[in-house]
This record gives sequence, C-alpha cells and structure tokens, in this order.
Amino acid sequence: MVFLAGDNIISALGFSTSENVGKIIRGYCGINVSDDARLYPEPLYISCVETRILENEISKIHLQKEYTRFEKLAILSISDALQRSQIEIGHQNTLIIISTTKGNINLLDKTQAAKYDKQRIHLWSAAQEIQRYFKNPNTPLVVSNACISGLMAVIVARRLLKTGKYSNVVITGVDIMSEFIISGFQSFQAISPEPCKPFDLNRSGITVGEGAGTIILTSKPTGLNGDHRICISGGASSNDANHISGPSRTGDGLYFAIKHAMQEAGVGKDEIDYISAHGTGTDFNDEMEAKAIAWASLENKPVNSYKGYFGHTMGAAGVIESILGIQSLIRNELFPSMGFEKLGVSEDLNIIRERKHIPLSYCLKLGSGFGGCNAAVVYRKESMNQ
Amino acid sequence: MEKIFITGSGSIVGTNICTDGKCGFNPQDFPDFTGFIKAAYKHFKIGFPKFYKMDNLSKLAFLTSEILLRDRKLTERYKPEETGIVLLNSSSTLETDDKHYHSIRDRSNYFPSPAVFVYTLPNIMIGEISIRNRIMGENVVFISEEYKPEILYEYVTFLMTNGHVNACIAGWVEYGRSGKDYESVMYLVEKVDFTNLNIKFETSYLEKHYCDLKAKHYG
Repeated sequence: MVFLAGDNIISALGFSTSENVGKIIRGYCGINVSDDARLYPEPLYISCVETRILENEISKIHLQKEYTRFEKLAILSISDALQRSQIEIGHQNTLIIISTTKGNINLLDKTQAAKYDKQRIHLWSAAQEIQRYFKNPNTPLVVSNACISGLMAVIVARRLLKTGKYSNVVITGVDIMSEFIISGFQSFQAISPEPCKPFDLNRSGITVGEGAGTIILTSKPTGLNGDHRICISGGASSNDANHISGPSRTGDGLYFAIKHAMQEAGVGKDEIDYISAHGTGTDFNDEMEAKAIAWASLENKPVNSYKGYFGHTMGAAGVIESILGIQSLIRNELFPSMGFEKLGVSEDLNIIRERKHIPLSYCLKLGSGFGGCNAAVVYRKESMNQ
Repeated sequence: MEKIFITGSGSIVGTNICTDGKCGFNPQDFPDFTGFIKAAYKHFKIGFPKFYKMDNLSKLAFLTSEILLRDRKLTERYKPEETGIVLLNSSSTLETDDKHYHSIRDRSNYFPSPAVFVYTLPNIMIGEISIRNRIMGENVVFISEEYKPEILYEYVTFLMTNGHVNACIAGWVEYGRSGKDYESVMYLVEKVDFTNLNIKFETSYLEKHYCDLKAKHYG
C-alpha cells in the first residue's frame, strides 16, 4: 500500500496547502490581468506566483548558490512538505521525482542563462540541482508527459514504491510562467480572453498558470498520525491515438485510463464520491472529458475543476489538484468549480456550484494533455479507528 | 515472477539502421540528419505523409518504431489498450524549443507557430507512434542525463507484471540540441516469446545491446 506522508501547494493563492485551501474557501481567484510586455505584447489573464513573497520565503532558507525561479519553487515546495512529514529526504530509500513540461525554459534567453552552467536548461540538470540541495543520494527521475506530467509522476511513484526499491518518494511538479508557453498557446488561439470557465457554456480557452506542488508518498505508514490516512489506491495512463494537439472526440482514451485506475484500486462506480477533473476550459477538452466520465457511468458524481482559481499550472497541475482533491476527502467538503455558470458540455455533469459538506471516501483525479495522453488516479481515505 | 522477453529491436545510431541487431540500410552520403532521415523514410516505403510535419526528435522516434514494428503484427495480437510505450530521453525537445524561441524573441518579427510549438513536448513522439499503430495503453517519457537501461527495465517490468499491459515498446530516443548528436534504440517487450530466441528482458542485455550498436557505429 502507498500512503500520503506530506504535501505542499504553491500557487497564486499562497505558499502552503492550508493557505491555498483557505483562499478557495473564501472564493478568491488567483487569475489577474498581466501587462508585462516581457510575457506577451498585449495584456492577458494569467495566474502567477507572487515574486515578492517567493523571494521573501526563499531568503529565509539561506541558499548557498544561485538558483533559478523553477528550482526555487521546487526547493520551497519540498521544504514545506518535508516539515509536515516524518520522512528523511537524505536517506537512500527516498527518491525524488520531478514533473515538468518545460523546466528552466527561461534560460533559452542568453542573458538569463549567463548566470548558470550551460547544462542547466536540461530538465535532468535542474532536477539534479534540487536533489543536491536536499542532499539526496539518488539520481532524481524526471517525468515529462505534457499536461499529465504531475499525475503521471504520482502513478510512477506508486509503482516504484510497490517494487520495494524505495520506501519514500518525493514528487514535485513545477512549471514557471514564461513567454515561451504563453506565445505557444496563443498561437493555437487557446488562451481565454477572460479567466477560464471550465465546463461552462461560454468557456473560451485556458488560462496559463504558474505553480509548484509536492506530494510525499510512503510505503511505510508507521509515522502517520491523525484520524485517517490517504492511500493512493490506483492509477493508469492511456493514449487517444487520435491527434497530437487535440483531444479525442469520443473520450475513449481517457475512459481506458479511468477504467484501469478503478480496476487497480478495486473500486466500482458506486464507490467514487467525487471527481477532480482536468477541466481546462477549452471546448474540446471539457467535452471529451464529459464523454469519458459518462462512458464510465460517473456522470452523476460531483465534479469540479480548479483551473478557474489558479489557471493551468502545466507540469504542476496534476500534483496541486490531487492535493486539493485529497483535502476534500480529509475535510469531507466539496469546493465549487470557479468560473462555472451554465453547463456547456453534451453530458449532464454534476458540476459543483457551491461549497458543501458531505462524507467522502474516494476521489478520482483526471488529466489529459498534448500528445493524446490521459491519466487517472484514485485516492482513498481510510479511517484509522476502524 | 512472470518471464518477459525482448521479441525485437530497432535502432538508429548515426546512419546505421538496424532491426534485431542486423544492420541493413546505411547510406553514407548525407551530411545531416534531415537528408538522412528522409532517405530512410523513402527506403523503407513508409507512406505516412504526416512524417514530413514532425520535428527531428519525433522523426527519429517514429522511424525507429517503424523499423521495430514492421511485420510484427502487433495490432493483430493485442488490443489497443494492452500495449504500452515507455521512452527515455536526455535533451527533451531543446532543438525545437530553440526554433519556437527564435520565432518569438524579436517583437518586430514575431511568428510563433502551433505546428512548431506542439513539438516542444517530448511525449509528442509517443503520440505520433500511437496514432500510426493505434496504441492506446500506458505511456510515459522519462528524462535522464544519459541512457540508463535500469530505468526502462524497472518500470517496464512493473507494467508487464502488474495489470493490463501485455506488450510494451521501450527505448531510448535522443536528439541533441545542436542537431549533430542523435541516437535511438527501441525494444518490443512481450510475455510470449514467439521468436523462440529466448532473449530475456534484463538490464544487462539492454546495456550490452546498446554498447554493440555504438561499437558498430564508431568502429
């Protein structure tokens, strides 16, 4: 069995899981207009980690050398998650997995790259900087699978823990805000002119977000205290085999991932209490996801997307949004899907409109991305006094 | 533990193209990757026009998968969701990242293209192979400084022995930022050894096979 042993979220909403949940409860939106011409020639809605607070938090841990924004986010996120866990990151039975799409992509700019060694733009090099900071003895693993990178890292971590080679895995998903990503999505005309509205009738694209998330998993739950513990019960990935930049029209690929993840977890459709969707806010993604959810006969389950709060955080999304799904399980509380007003997909999904308390045991987390990839993970809450 | 076999391999190292360790087509007169890979595409009569739109990393991965999978009748033997693809790479898509960056760094000459941007994700190569062969199973790209066969071995072994994966394409596909260095090797991994060659899927075999391929190229 694989259990959650610690977590952290850094997004526009804050620098810890509790700060993020607190802002979500109060209905804050971390998406704002940016007129930073270094990111895009015209103003547009994005969601960024606040640099002033980031630098302030970083100054507290007295770094001995120059780190990039990407690495600083990872170091801060892991440091906070470790404080809340019992695991030793410097031990040889602990592996670090980094999930990202673009890593230190800002170092394509020669002036920004000048401060660092020339390998630093490589994803493995950035990951090794993070590993060395924490004095972990194992070469870190990097998962780069487009927008499912974060969920895929959770799935890979669970599998590696089950082989018994490691006892703990620290998964950190990070992607920074960059001109590179914004210009690319803008060239697809995929960026929403207003904060994204997942599953809404008037949705018009994604909002690019920046963030970091850390999930610490362990196969040795002896140090876990509290009334309950969270198990990563199952996870699977799939491919649409349809198109490299557009999701399947039928949802068959994502359906396979859901089916296999639920089989692995040994749960039926009646046991799933809640679905944390990918919900990017594009026409095609949300429609495909709705079809896959209906295909799995889960269309009556409460569903939300967190992208309306802090945008699409790319390689961090699967990690950050999993932690929020887990928070729902722990708190027995569902959070509304920000930006949603009127259903705009062909299946009659049960989108969460307001905060509510209900007993929750199982959360299904979904993700999809370029390259036709899909992923699904089942999280379960176990009560300790049973 | 369940036995897992290597039932085929395909590789491109320099201009050496090999299937199951046997090297055939090896044109010497191409100064760069672009000319070479196009000639190889024509030589193997692949007939998949989308090939021309791919970036160099995807072209390398796609062609390697074609020479690996030809005549293996994979789709007749497995359901789409039973086959997985696990690839390892070092430079991600840096060569294409530079192209996309070149199109945006000058505001007076700003021309980002979706056709370039989509190839700035390393798992797009898996998407291309999946579309061509209708493969819908587990898929992941790991980034590693250099070829580390134990990463493939451990993860693929877990996939093949726990659950729904019955065949897997596993390999190393690397296209360097400068475009000068590239190499790829892919294996077909199955639970049934229809080749009767009894090649077990093990790190030591992956290591040796890779070294042999490099030796063939560098002499």
